[in-house]
Amino acid sequence: MSVHASPTLFMAVAVTAATAAHSDVITESRRSALRTDTLRGPRKEEMWARALWLGLRAPLGGPRGFTSKTDLQGSGRITAEVIEHLERLALVDFGSREAVARLEKAIAFADRLRALDTDGVEPMESVLEDRCLYLRSDNVVEGNCADELLQNSHRVVEEYFVAPPGNTPLPKLDEQEPFPHS
Amino acid sequence: MLGRTLREASAALKQGQITPTELCQKCLSLIKKTKFLNAYITVSEEVALKQAEESEKRYKNGQSLGDLDGIPIAVKDNFSTSGIETTCASNMLKGYVPPYNATVVQKLLDQGALLMGKTNLDEFAMGSGSTDGIFGPVKNPWSYSKQYREKKKQNPHSKSGDSDWLITGGSSGGSAAAVSAFTCYAALGSDTGGSTRNPAAHCGLVGFKPSYGLVSRHGLIPLVNSMDVPGILTRCVDDAAMVLGVLAGHDPKDSTTIRDPVNKPLVLSSLADVSKLCIGIPKEYLVPELSSEIQSLWSRAADLFESQGAKVIEVSLPHTSYSIVCYHVLCTSEVASNMARFDGLQYGHRCDIDVSTEAMYAATRREGFNDVVRGRILSGNFFLLKENYENYFVKAQKVRRLIANDFVNAFNSGVDVLLTPTTLSEAVPYLEFIKEDNRTRSAQDDIFTQAVNMAGLPAVSIPVALSNQGLPIGLQFIGRAFDDQQLLTVAKWFEKQVQFPVIQLQELMDDCSAILENEKIASVSLKQ
Repeated sequence: MSVHASPTLFMAVAVTAATAAHSDVITESRRSALRTDTLRGPRKEEMWARALWLGLRAPLGGPRGFTSKTDLQGSGRITAEVIEHLERLALVDFGSREAVARLEKAIAFADRLRALDTDGVEPMESVLEDRCLYLRSDNVVEGNCADELLQNSHRVVEEYFVAPPGNTPLPKLDEQEPFPHS
Repeated sequence: MLGRTLREASAALKQGQITPTELCQKCLSLIKKTKFLNAYITVSEEVALKQAEESEKRYKNGQSLGDLDGIPIAVKDNFSTSGIETTCASNMLKGYVPPYNATVVQKLLDQGALLMGKTNLDEFAMGSGSTDGIFGPVKNPWSYSKQYREKKKQNPHSKSGDSDWLITGGSSGGSAAAVSAFTCYAALGSDTGGSTRNPAAHCGLVGFKPSYGLVSRHGLIPLVNSMDVPGILTRCVDDAAMVLGVLAGHDPKDSTTIRDPVNKPLVLSSLADVSKLCIGIPKEYLVPELSSEIQSLWSRAADLFESQGAKVIEVSLPHTSYSIVCYHVLCTSEVASNMARFDGLQYGHRCDIDVSTEAMYAATRREGFNDVVRGRILSGNFFLLKENYENYFVKAQKVRRLIANDFVNAFNSGVDVLLTPTTLSEAVPYLEFIKEDNRTRSAQDDIFTQAVNMAGLPAVSIPVALSNQGLPIGLQFIGRAFDDQQLLTVAKWFEKQVQFPVIQLQELMDDCSAILENEKIASVSLKQ
């Protein structure tokens, strides 16, 4: 289940390289990824150059899906793109390169499922799938607890929960330090 | 008195041998004495004393509510309790006071139980050691037992002092420690992948996981909606049945509870003989990592059933080796979804950033969750990405069906109950446990327990014997869906056969006569 055993991409291998220049590499590659208009071509070559430069000897038999997601064989490819995407979706940051390594391991672990043939098997959503779900009738029988609920919030004005302005995306990666908490 | 079973304590209360207030105060004082175990996050002293007072009035007027009236219990801190802080051992909910009681908590309170406090756990119930919460790890009371310490003295390599205390297992470790140290008679845990059975095995308790759909999850802060159930930790099977009888049943507020009628109260018959019983031993559960001691106990247990006339057969659950992987994918995916509700806006922790909603959410979640939770959220989101959804999440759902079918096939072949180990080994020292990360440990420790959650079956861990080091070892029984009563009946028979010893916590108990009383009465109680 080691990271080296799974087909690794630049990012993941860089994570385990544990070299001093490591953080520079990640920063650089993430920044460069965003500077280029297309994510193909130049970025790929740039990353390859860095991989060679670091003297990584992972058996990368040819370019591995840095670019289009359809190239991916399905198992973990933690590129800068993926990191950013996941952080945006989850609104939780990786925080450190150990976290990325852990994700790689988790994905490698999950990859074991591939070995199982599930042709013709229906996905199971609930063990109670053969039973009817009971729903209450749509009558209001309790409530009127606005005060109690408002008490739990940190920022309240009259009967409103106060949120900061929306429609503002998170700052782009090149505007912030990656892994500020490592 | 504190070493008695729930039923005995209840009888004592009814007969007036002790009052609820006296009982409550004894428990509270023992909680204070055992504070170093770190089993409780919140001790609800005032609430408990008030409840005790009311219970006392009821007993005086001959109007006791039932067998649980006046009985001290503890609740894991991921169950909502009205007016009492509920944290899930996380910064995200520190200071959060729910405005309502979880249904299971309400049911216990309606029966007059005394709520001693909220117990410690792994953060958001993610973990198998009760070591990863913000309030610190929980110590296993057996670390301080005479049985363990005497064996340790014989070992020339053992360290002296407290530094090598043992974990309780998780994630309901606080509940297990609370019951094991006699600070309450029963405790609620939650069981998503073995979180009730694992600490029960490590702390020498009965840890019962009901069938999914039998007990309401309303108010239980969810981890994996399709696998979570409230769990029950007690010192004997009859007590667990008694609590189950109170908790089981349809809840209109939880649409995943079934509407079939439930026997109330739940009284277990004593099996006269087991000759009509068929026990299944899943061969895939014999893994190389299983400790030889547990393997031998497992084998002896099977022999015991056979010698008493039961049919014991080997069964196959062919997809067992994929079960933990499937659980890992489904668990992290559902966690990613369930943890999305924590944004700091309506409850819980909120950071100081006000630049934008997303920035506020992100910072709040960074500050509120620990690495384990964040790791699972990110893993889950990865598996749920559009490009990965089919290959990971849906695939895992399909594998889940295969695993559930394995169990169905086993039971259809005439097996009544499956017998397996609960854990790979006895409780390990904390310093040993933390050498690996949370995910690795969970993948190792949940191996025997999580398949049951995926199939939604009832299961119970029964303490069997002490290991060579003087630590408890438990074995697990798995039953058919909604056959909880039969499962517990078999477990009760088995418990009577093995006569698991009582923990000897002399150093903690000042009063010697109390100890003698405990030993006498506790050993008698198991000979029903």
